[in-house]
Amino acid sequence: MDYANLIQQLTILALAAFVGFEVISKVPQTLHTPLMSATNAIHGIVIVGALIVAGAASQGTVQIVLGTLAVFFGALNVVGGFVVTDRMLEMFKKKPAPAKKEGGTS
Amino acid sequence: MTAPLIASSVGGGTTTEHIINVAYLVAVILFIVGLKKLTSPTTARQGNMIAGLGMVIALIATLFLEEIVTYEWIALGTILGAPIGYFSAKKVKMTSMPEMVALFNGVGGGAVALIALSEYFHWTDTGAGITTDVEVASLFSLIIGSISFWGSVVAFLKLSERISGRPIALPGQKLINAALFLGAIGIAGYLLVSSGMDPYSYTIGIAVLAGVLGLFFVLPIGGADMPVVISTLNAMTGLAAAAAGFALGNSALIVAGMIVGASGTILTNLMAVAMNRTIAGVLFGSFGAGTGGGTAPAGGGASREGATVRSTDAASAAILMAYAQNVIVVPGYGLAVAQAQHTVREMADELESKGVTVKYAIHPVAGRMPGHMNVLLAEADVPYDQLVEMDDINPEFERADVAIVVGANDVTNPAAKNSPDSPIYGMPILEVDQAHNVIVLKRGMSSGYAGIENELYYDPKTQMLFGDAKDSLSEVVQELKNV
Repeated sequence: MDYANLIQQLTILALAAFVGFEVISKVPQTLHTPLMSATNAIHGIVIVGALIVAGAASQGTVQIVLGTLAVFFGALNVVGGFVVTDRMLEMFKKKPAPAKKEGGTS
Repeated sequence: MTAPLIASSVGGGTTTEHIINVAYLVAVILFIVGLKKLTSPTTARQGNMIAGLGMVIALIATLFLEEIVTYEWIALGTILGAPIGYFSAKKVKMTSMPEMVALFNGVGGGAVALIALSEYFHWTDTGAGITTDVEVASLFSLIIGSISFWGSVVAFLKLSERISGRPIALPGQKLINAALFLGAIGIAGYLLVSSGMDPYSYTIGIAVLAGVLGLFFVLPIGGADMPVVISTLNAMTGLAAAAAGFALGNSALIVAGMIVGASGTILTNLMAVAMNRTIAGVLFGSFGAGTGGGTAPAGGGASREGATVRSTDAASAAILMAYAQNVIVVPGYGLAVAQAQHTVREMADELESKGVTVKYAIHPVAGRMPGHMNVLLAEADVPYDQLVEMDDINPEFERADVAIVVGANDVTNPAAKNSPDSPIYGMPILEVDQAHNVIVLKRGMSSGYAGIENELYYDPKTQMLFGDAKDSLSEVVQELKNV
């Protein structure tokens, strides 16, 4: 086992956990659904793994099927995730300027 | 000792590899910056786009990995998957957002499980030796990914009402689940300690056991507990992705997966607190058995003898609100069911044109996933600065002339504060009973998810406006125009 490598990766993991907790805990309740949808899209990063297994050399039929299916799932996850999050966030608007109070740019 | 499919992100490597790793670093930074921008509605959309840019960079970089030699299967999977993702995301109704999120979450988990299987087969076919840490990570991602995929499928089916939202459980469900889990772990452990055997059947066995566990894990959970389930599955897919990052030696996967894992964990916890439940209670308990079914506890109806309910009509409600200074709207999921979001906003517009200040009080679990109600109201063009979170709006109820409750029940029940023997005692609620007048829009006197009566309805200052929420609100809007 490559302990140096493993420990380095565990370090990355631990720091990522803290960054995640820090950033996410500041997201207001109003945006929790888009947040979940956005993180959903971000874990679509698994498509990177799917690309690696689907693009690998010397594969049997089973692996080709698994890899292609993984890319299919990953692509669905990434594209759908970001698009649907954008659709939601587009709807969040401030009160339009002509309103009586707390005017602002939309 | 051979490295996994992709060379590790540390140590030696070609120039291309270094560039790719820098691209991953940039991608991860963009993810974090994007998420940071999600902390405010003004920058949130930009944040999502920044995260999306990070994803594009990571994907393009990956295509240059020297391990990737053939592109036809990648192209095929993308051509099939991307348009389906795009069009379903464009078409989905905002009320259906929870099942959409469940579905996207599930396919993410499924992809992780498939990657793990494929890697295992690759190792077997090539006879490549793998290190224990890589194997552990791979097995972890296989188990969690499978649970997440099948669990999300059930959540999707329940939320989209393709199957009943009622809890479905076998006798001895907990024992069966424990057996499935131990079985999957057991095979995984055997794979780890043994060597030189054909793992095909074993890995598939693990995937099947974990998949069935995923099904059994979500089936017994009632519709009202879905916000917790979706958040949990979200966290699980994130962790599975991080584990896949270990297996593939890919730091972008580790960081992105872990951040999602952290996010899902935070939301799971928030949802459980808002419903006055422990996470373990939701996931492994059986309180959910009453949810969705609306089974009232024995004797629940008898306790209210003598107490009267005052009903009102649209005209009186309109006049009451038209001459108020502060009106707080308390929307619940019933509002979305009645498709009354737009009507409620029309009412608010009418009131504001008469100089009334209107705010919306949003309980964390109003809707079917965290923050769902905000999205539904945003869709109806309610400005987000009028949507006020529970902790911020509660002190304002005592200054409110009218609180109008539309399709919310348990989250307004004062019993959560006043009656230590109530099942919902301790649940954080919107303190609607502090308002000077309360108008409750409701079809009838049926109880809410928790199956208990709402004391609020018997409060002398409460008036009930019976009927379909949308019809009642339309009448109120008409009356307001005449005031």
